Amino acid sequence: MTTLAPILSDIWDAPRSWTLATYTEHQGYDAWRKAIHTEPAELVNAVKDSGLRGRGGAGFPTGLKWSFLPAPDGGPRYLVVNADESEPGTCKDIPLMLANPHSLIEGVAITSFAIGSNHAFIYLRGEVVHVYRRLLAAVREAREAGLLGQNILGTGYDLEVTVHAGAGAYICGEETALLDSLEGRRGQPRLKPPFPAVAGLYARPTVVNNVESIASVPTIIRNGVDWFTSMGTEKSKGHGLFSLSGHVAKPGQYEAPLGITFRELLDMAGGVRDGHSLKFWTPGGSSTPILTAEHLDVVLDYESVGAAGSMLATRALQVFDETTSVVRCVSRWTDFYQHESCGKCTPCREGTFWLKQILHRLEAGKGTESDVDLLLDVAGNIEGRSFCALGDAAATPIKSAIKYFREEFEQGVHTPAWELFPYEANAAFSGATA
Amino acid sequence: MTATTNSSSSAVAPVEEITLTIDGLDVSVPKGTLVIRAAETVGIQIPRFCDHPLLKPAGACRQCLVDIATPDREGNLRPMPKPQASCTIEATPGMVVNTQHTSAVAEKAQRGQIEFLLVNHPLDCPVCDKGGECPLQNQAMSNGSATSRFVDIKRTFPKPIKISTQILLDRDRCILCQRCTRFSAEIAGDPFIDLQGRGGGAPGGHGHGLPAQQIGRFDEAILEYTPSGDQGPVESERTGDVVGPYGQAGVLSSVAGSIGGALEDTSGRPFASYFSGNTIQICPVGALTSAAYRFRSRPFDLVSTASIAEHDACGSAIRIDHRRGVVLRRLAGDDPAVNEEWITDKDRFAFAWQTSSDVLTAPLVRDEETGELVPTSWSEAIGLAADGLRRAGDGAGAAALPGGRLTLEDAYAWSKFTRTVLGTNDIDFRARVHSAEEADFLANRVAGSGLDVTFGDLERAPRVLLVGLEPEEEAGTVFLRLRKGMLAGRVQVTTIAPLATRGSTKLRAELVRTAPGEEPSVLDALAGVTGTPEHLADLRAALAEPGTVVLAGERLAGVPGALSALDRLVSAAGARFAWVPRRAGDRGAVEVGLLPGLLPGGRPTAEAEARVDVASVWGVSELPAAPGRDLTGILDAATAGEIDALVVGGIDLEDLPSPAQAEVALAAAGFVVQLEVRRSAVTQHADIVLPIAPTTHKSGTFLNWEGRPRPFGQVFTTSALTDARVLGMLADAVGVDLGTRTLEDIHRELAEFDGWEGPRTAAPAVEATPVPALDAGQVRLATWRLMLDSGRGQDGEPHLAGTAYRPVALLSPATAATLGLAEGDRVRVTGPDGDIVLPVLPTPMGDDVVWLPQHSPGSSVHRTLGATAGAAVRLTAVDAEVAR
Repeated sequence: MTTLAPILSDIWDAPRSWTLATYTEHQGYDAWRKAIHTEPAELVNAVKDSGLRGRGGAGFPTGLKWSFLPAPDGGPRYLVVNADESEPGTCKDIPLMLANPHSLIEGVAITSFAIGSNHAFIYLRGEVVHVYRRLLAAVREAREAGLLGQNILGTGYDLEVTVHAGAGAYICGEETALLDSLEGRRGQPRLKPPFPAVAGLYARPTVVNNVESIASVPTIIRNGVDWFTSMGTEKSKGHGLFSLSGHVAKPGQYEAPLGITFRELLDMAGGVRDGHSLKFWTPGGSSTPILTAEHLDVVLDYESVGAAGSMLATRALQVFDETTSVVRCVSRWTDFYQHESCGKCTPCREGTFWLKQILHRLEAGKGTESDVDLLLDVAGNIEGRSFCALGDAAATPIKSAIKYFREEFEQGVHTPAWELFPYEANAAFSGATA
Repeated sequence: MTATTNSSSSAVAPVEEITLTIDGLDVSVPKGTLVIRAAETVGIQIPRFCDHPLLKPAGACRQCLVDIATPDREGNLRPMPKPQASCTIEATPGMVVNTQHTSAVAEKAQRGQIEFLLVNHPLDCPVCDKGGECPLQNQAMSNGSATSRFVDIKRTFPKPIKISTQILLDRDRCILCQRCTRFSAEIAGDPFIDLQGRGGGAPGGHGHGLPAQQIGRFDEAILEYTPSGDQGPVESERTGDVVGPYGQAGVLSSVAGSIGGALEDTSGRPFASYFSGNTIQICPVGALTSAAYRFRSRPFDLVSTASIAEHDACGSAIRIDHRRGVVLRRLAGDDPAVNEEWITDKDRFAFAWQTSSDVLTAPLVRDEETGELVPTSWSEAIGLAADGLRRAGDGAGAAALPGGRLTLEDAYAWSKFTRTVLGTNDIDFRARVHSAEEADFLANRVAGSGLDVTFGDLERAPRVLLVGLEPEEEAGTVFLRLRKGMLAGRVQVTTIAPLATRGSTKLRAELVRTAPGEEPSVLDALAGVTGTPEHLADLRAALAEPGTVVLAGERLAGVPGALSALDRLVSAAGARFAWVPRRAGDRGAVEVGLLPGLLPGGRPTAEAEARVDVASVWGVSELPAAPGRDLTGILDAATAGEIDALVVGGIDLEDLPSPAQAEVALAAAGFVVQLEVRRSAVTQHADIVLPIAPTTHKSGTFLNWEGRPRPFGQVFTTSALTDARVLGMLADAVGVDLGTRTLEDIHRELAEFDGWEGPRTAAPAVEATPVPALDAGQVRLATWRLMLDSGRGQDGEPHLAGTAYRPVALLSPATAATLGLAEGDRVRVTGPDGDIVLPVLPTPMGDDVVWLPQHSPGSSVHRTLGATAGAAVRLTAVDAEVAR
């Protein structure tokens, strides 16, 4: 039986958890005080040895990413934190930054020092103004405490941290689009190579990491590699935030070691809401292929979820019970991907435009006999053909939903989804409507 | 003529060859070649839209997907998991590529992308300009499906948007390949259009909450921006004509705020570009069209003839598309050595002059009784002209003013005709500010120098010094090449000019700010002839580095001593040099001796050996030895009665240093024969007018500024005659066989003039005249021609004229403030003969200088002011109330 492992979320329930005072009461910045007197290469090695993998979705080993930076040439190098959390269902970084922004700031400081950067950027999703204010305040507090800025802790090391609020585009969560946007350009993905490690922000070597990845660094430094690797599975080490939402009794953030099962998490969350049963769920947000009740015991690490035909991604576990029309659900997701397609490449721009119309008519019971196959074919012409991974994200929920619930889509030829699955019954909160 | 290449820097380091396999064929290409390009070398065409060989890869359209496998370190082939865009991936050794011909996955992927592109593309091919030559249409046929599965609602846009008076945009046809925006940003440096909005938008165009991604220029009216707050829509200043989607006027300001008067065109829009027409040509669909050509023709009804543009000295390759004897459009030709695939908007759109209503079709003679010009037969006109020239020959003699727009062959006929029929060296092709110093400089440095500095060199020279030359205005192709070299990090441009123009800014040129008239002292300082001031020391050292190229424009002729100083600088720096004139015929004219002191092939008239040499080729016993007069000398002599007859070619009086003096001279001349395409200001003084074929009606060769022969063929079969034929007929009538009947005859003779090894004209050593002091209230006049202005070659093309810069007077902010003038207020510039009144644009420049466009609407400097560059002029503020 796996239990919770509150590490990042440890002090979320402390009074005024977002302040420097509260954070320091709980060993905050101890890791930074230790790290700043450590050889940067040692820090990189520690993170490498910890097996920490990118918490933004792709799961790329964080320490390895840092080691891709070319040798210092005297010019600037940058750390950019991707805080543009926008995926439907994904809600881990925003609560983290809201409740304990200093854990991120401390991670930023250690990481910047480790990679030899004197200027770090936090690119925040623009809509979350409350988080923006918390981050700005946290940076100010840290600077006033001498933890950031010039000659930090008397060591001669300088670090500026810039918090930048985006303008609300999903595409800017793609790391190269994020960099373009941060430079003041139109946020659209860049051609790779060159990769950001070689020519990133302002064409300089740049590390782009997710909020949770960076926030996980201080405790690794403080508690040691062995402590971190004691959690998780063979190839997926450590702890992570699991965000349960939808038709569960107690939705919220559950921080646990990787390798916990969905069944365990669902139990902790009080199960599916009373009187209902699980129909399908996403392991990592709307862009990951959906899974069903038969996958309740899938071990939630990168490898096992992959083997089950989906992706661990951001551990955004959206739970849908039997009142849910999968057609309606996929249709809403597709609306999102269509609205957020940046427009750079043909398949994502035009494919989602087309998918949206097909799904809308299937939802309305006005589909044609060939529409289900057409959906699959159009999704197939997007997946793996788009410029960046966000095109794939639009295709995968459709393909997986048809895989498990094809008959529901076929019913869209004659019956509206709201007749098959009355939307009132589906509402998670009273008063909510379609 | 001499066409030897002695270009040293053309040697480029050899690139390693790599071998890969494409559809089972072994292909060897230089390292760094893109897969899509490698496939082309073996005849495998991968469909594509965003890809363009002269633009950076984008990978946006996803049409060129292929399957690729590469060997790993052990040599085992590793297939890539997804099909790859072949326009973004470099070929690597051992790579195995399977295109649509051998891979079902690639074929399916490509078919899918075509289908996606057609989802929102209107099927208006039957009324689209591009229909019939459309890459989307063609590749939908070759790589797409015959029927569409899309039965839903398309995205639509109100259309078209008038980006400029010339460029129209139909957003619904656009497939967002970004070729046009990449061209604008990467090549021309005029980001006059860019992507805006996001994503695919909504069916029908509404309800998406934000505009779909589209090309545009951030016009708030088009994007339907509504400001926040309760103020309601912001009332912006409106342009005069319709651009908005619903027929409303466009707004003058952009989202980024007012663009200011600097960059406005004559239609009131932000200035677009001198190269905007290229975006139409590279658009793979019919989204961008020109007002001049829209709905005029179907491509399959057009006949195409390769030709050479006549508007500048670059010799850009063009394609002339015509139907039933009418030119409908011109496109850029593809000549990697010269203009690559780009031309200026002037070269593209300015061709209506050749068919304007004032084109001469029959010879005219002046009726003795009425004094009017009346049409007559060729035989009578030639007879009368010959009589007149014969009489002049018996009297004070005749002189020739052939102009600068001749083909090499026609120029040669003028040279030979003047010496053998008129018996004089009174000939000068320069119809502009000129000097004897310039003639010597050209004879010494340019004539017979062959092909030295090339366009390719401009991309590679570590440093290029511009003196008296604004490439973007005067030689657009030179500008593009310099910019390409600059962007590649190879070329540093330095310009000696009174101010940093938009063109030199786009070249990131280092400016040596120099008031008109001060060029000689700056050049001598750089040459080390005089002491080098500290701020020029670095530049002097840089110029002395190997590989420096110096480009000089024709305007330097107006500054006494400038070309002498330039000659010293070029020698002192050991630099390579090229003269970049403005007119298509200028370099050829120098080569064949259309100067008073010069015979063909760089032979000085003053050298007896040279005269004997030329006389023997021409089969005459001797050539006139007396030194000839230049243009001003000829006009003065005609005024004084020292010349009886003038034979005048393509001259626009407005270009002359003094149009008024020219008119006096033409009126005073006893006998004027004009050889011209169109009626002109000279015509009213002419006794005989002989019509000459426009460039579409003849074949010939322009020698561009490089000295590269640019032969072109005849587009239309007509009875119109070339200068060479008409001069030949005239010579016949006087009893001389000119021997210039055919191009072959002319080239046979021209070949005889190669390789003059005798003495050349000495380099000029003219002392710079001290720049005269300015009185209080006076400033020095700087002026040059803009690419789009009042030139007669742009007549009949109002859409193009609308894209020209709005004429403004440039003053330093301090000078403007002294006069109490703000941006947009009017200033009166007073010269000896009159005033020019223009809106002011404060610009960083010297406080004692004013710049005016030399020959733009409302600003014909030579004619109105009676002054040329460097003259002292007076500035006064015009009462703003009165002006408005």
